[in-house]
Parts: sequence; structure tokens; C-alpha cells
Amino acid sequence: MVKSVTSFGRSGLSDWLLQRVSGVILLAYAICLGGTLVIGVNYAQWQAMFASTGMRVFTLLAILSLAAHAWIGMWAVGTDYLTERMLGTKGNLLRLAFQIGCSLAIFVYVIWGTQILWG
Amino acid sequence: MLQVSIYRYNPETDAEPSMQDFQIDTSGKDLMVLDVLELIKAQDTTVGYRRSCREGVCGSDGLNMNGKNGLACITPLSETVKSNKLVIRPLPGLPVIRDLVVDMGMFYAQYEKVQPYLQNDTPAPSIERLQTPEDRAKLDGLYECILCACCSTACPSFWWNPDRFIGPSGLLQAYRFLADSRDNATDERLAQLDDPFSVFRCHGIQNCVNVCPKGLNPTKAIGHIRNMLLTRAT
Ligand code: SF4
Ligand code: SF4
Ligand code: FES
Repeated sequence: MVKSVTSFGRSGLSDWLLQRVSGVILLAYAICLGGTLVIGVNYAQWQAMFASTGMRVFTLLAILSLAAHAWIGMWAVGTDYLTERMLGTKGNLLRLAFQIGCSLAIFVYVIWGTQILWG
Repeated sequence: MLQVSIYRYNPETDAEPSMQDFQIDTSGKDLMVLDVLELIKAQDTTVGYRRSCREGVCGSDGLNMNGKNGLACITPLSETVKSNKLVIRPLPGLPVIRDLVVDMGMFYAQYEKVQPYLQNDTPAPSIERLQTPEDRAKLDGLYECILCACCSTACPSFWWNPDRFIGPSGLLQAYRFLADSRDNATDERLAQLDDPFSVFRCHGIQNCVNVCPKGLNPTKAIGHIRNMLLTRAT
């Protein structure tokens, strides 16, 4: 058993499952938005669509899925390349900085997205 | 004349690795790569490599030939040589001891982690633990692994985390014991695997399947382990 404290759910299985589920939600959201754009909407219709509670909840779900998906993915990238094995002790520092950067960016996106939706 | 280029490195005397070229007369025969190495050894006795059975059974001569891992003794030149050139390097990702000989310590450490032996604390029957032919059939495609390390050293996830990701070979063996009807340590075994590295560093790239000289499929075994973890999870 390898110990890990910075992964999303601590367990490999839960991270793996969440990555799949959030992927499906993001795909559904992308198809939904993409479809609407392909059919063609004007500004008023677009605004009406995002005024509905259903669409706002769906969008919020997509934003949260994106946050989880991004964290799990970036965490895997960081622990592949920014490691002590690859870069020496400075790998650990770089990884920590990278993880803080990622979590800040994700945090900003979530707050910003919510603000756009309900602001 | 076949152009052969061999990776040379003696960490005790060389500042860095280099490639040495040889011209080899194959007398027009479709030799195995190991035969070519033996011909090279006749020219230069200092070239180091491992070999034993010379028939794909012992797993000691896993090498990287023209960019692809395989066993030198069962890889015919016709399969690997392109435009009359053969480049032989050690298996990637493991420390080089000398020339084509690598230190397999990290690979074996992962194998050790999966406890590759039957565990059963029920009283042993007088003769042997029996298995139905159907249960026995579940071990096919798993028990044949000869631990040559061709798969794990072709796996990018193993290159980056050889100390934490068990790798295709070890996971194939993990599943070999998870799938064995005579083993009853299944829960303990699975509990050891449910972290973000041991199993879940596999991203399904399938390099392992592509190179296994025994035609085994570690990716499939890893999928089975994942399903077992899922079924057991709440
Ligand atoms: S699975 Fe195949 S490539 Fe991997 S160690 Fe076993 S025999 Fe070698
Ligand atoms: S399928 Fe998994 S184990 Fe096989 S090479 Fe790819 S990442 Fe490695
Ligand atoms: S020498 Fe035994 S497998 Fe090649």
C-alpha cells in the first residue's frame, strides 16, 4: 500500500471512479452546449436558457466535475514528472508549488463560475 | 553485412554511455538476435549481456532491439531489422550495471510486494488442494509469465514511478493469485492495492501487451483487478 495524502480521495479506486463519472458529466454538458450552438441561438434565447434553474444546476455540476477532473488529472501529471526521482529534492518543492498553483486556479474557476451563474 | 550498434557502458570506468558499431556476417541466414550477440562476443569479448536458456524460457535476455523490448533469443532478425541496421540497448528505465545488463532490483521489489505465493490458512488436505478444470483454466494467460521485465520496462507509468507503481508484470502476478480458487487471502491482497499508485497508475497505454514475448495481456489482468476492487468497494 503506497501512502498518498494529496490525491483527491486518498483511494485509487475512488479517484478513478470520480475521474470517469466527472468525465461523463463533462461530455454530456459539452454535447448539450455544443448542440445548442450548432442549432443556433440568439442572445435572448441564450440568456433565457441560463436563467432557468435546471441549466444553472447542470452548469454548476459541470464546473464542479471540471474541478475534480482537473485536480485528479493534474495530480497524476505532477506525481509523474515533478518528483524527487526525476528532479532531485527540488522536485518535491516544484510539485508542491505546482499543486498549490493548480488548486488556486481551480478554486478561482469555481468561484468565478458560480458568480457568473448567479451573479 | 549487418550493421549492429550496441550500447556500451561501464559505470566504473566510463564517464557516459556510448554506442559501438559492429559489422556482422550472418551468411544470409535469418538468425536470432542472440546469435548475433554471440557473433559479436567472438569479436569483442568485453560486451556484456545476460542469457541462459536461449529458447524463450528463462527470461534473462530481455533487451531493447530497434526500439522494441523483447527476448533476444526468440526474436529473428527478419522481425526487427529495418534497412540492414540493428540497434541493441538495455531494457529502458532500470539502472545499467554494465552494457546490456540492467539491475532488476526495482522490478523484483514490486514482484515481492504482491506476495506471489499461495496463501491459504485452512488445514492442508493429505495430498493436495484440488481445483476444478474451470478454476484451473482461469490461470491460463497468467501463470506463463517468465518475469523477463520486457513489459514493465516498456511502461511509461513504471518509468516515472518504479518504486510505487507495481507495473504490468507484478500486476499480472497479483491477479494470478487473486484468480486462484485455492488462495483465500483475496481481501488482504485487494486491500494492499487500493491506493492511487499500485494499480491505478496504469493508464491503459498497452505498451505491455505490445511487447510481451509470451503473448500475455497484463492490461486485461489490471482491468480484472480494478473490477474486483470495484465489486468489493462500498
Ligand atoms: S508479462 Fe510477459 S513481458 Fe511481462 S514479465 Fe511476464 S513474460 Fe515478460
Ligand atoms: S497498459 Fe498499463 S501497465 Fe500496460 S504499459 Fe500501459 S500503463 Fe503500463
Ligand atoms: S536466453 Fe532464456 S529467454 Fe532468452
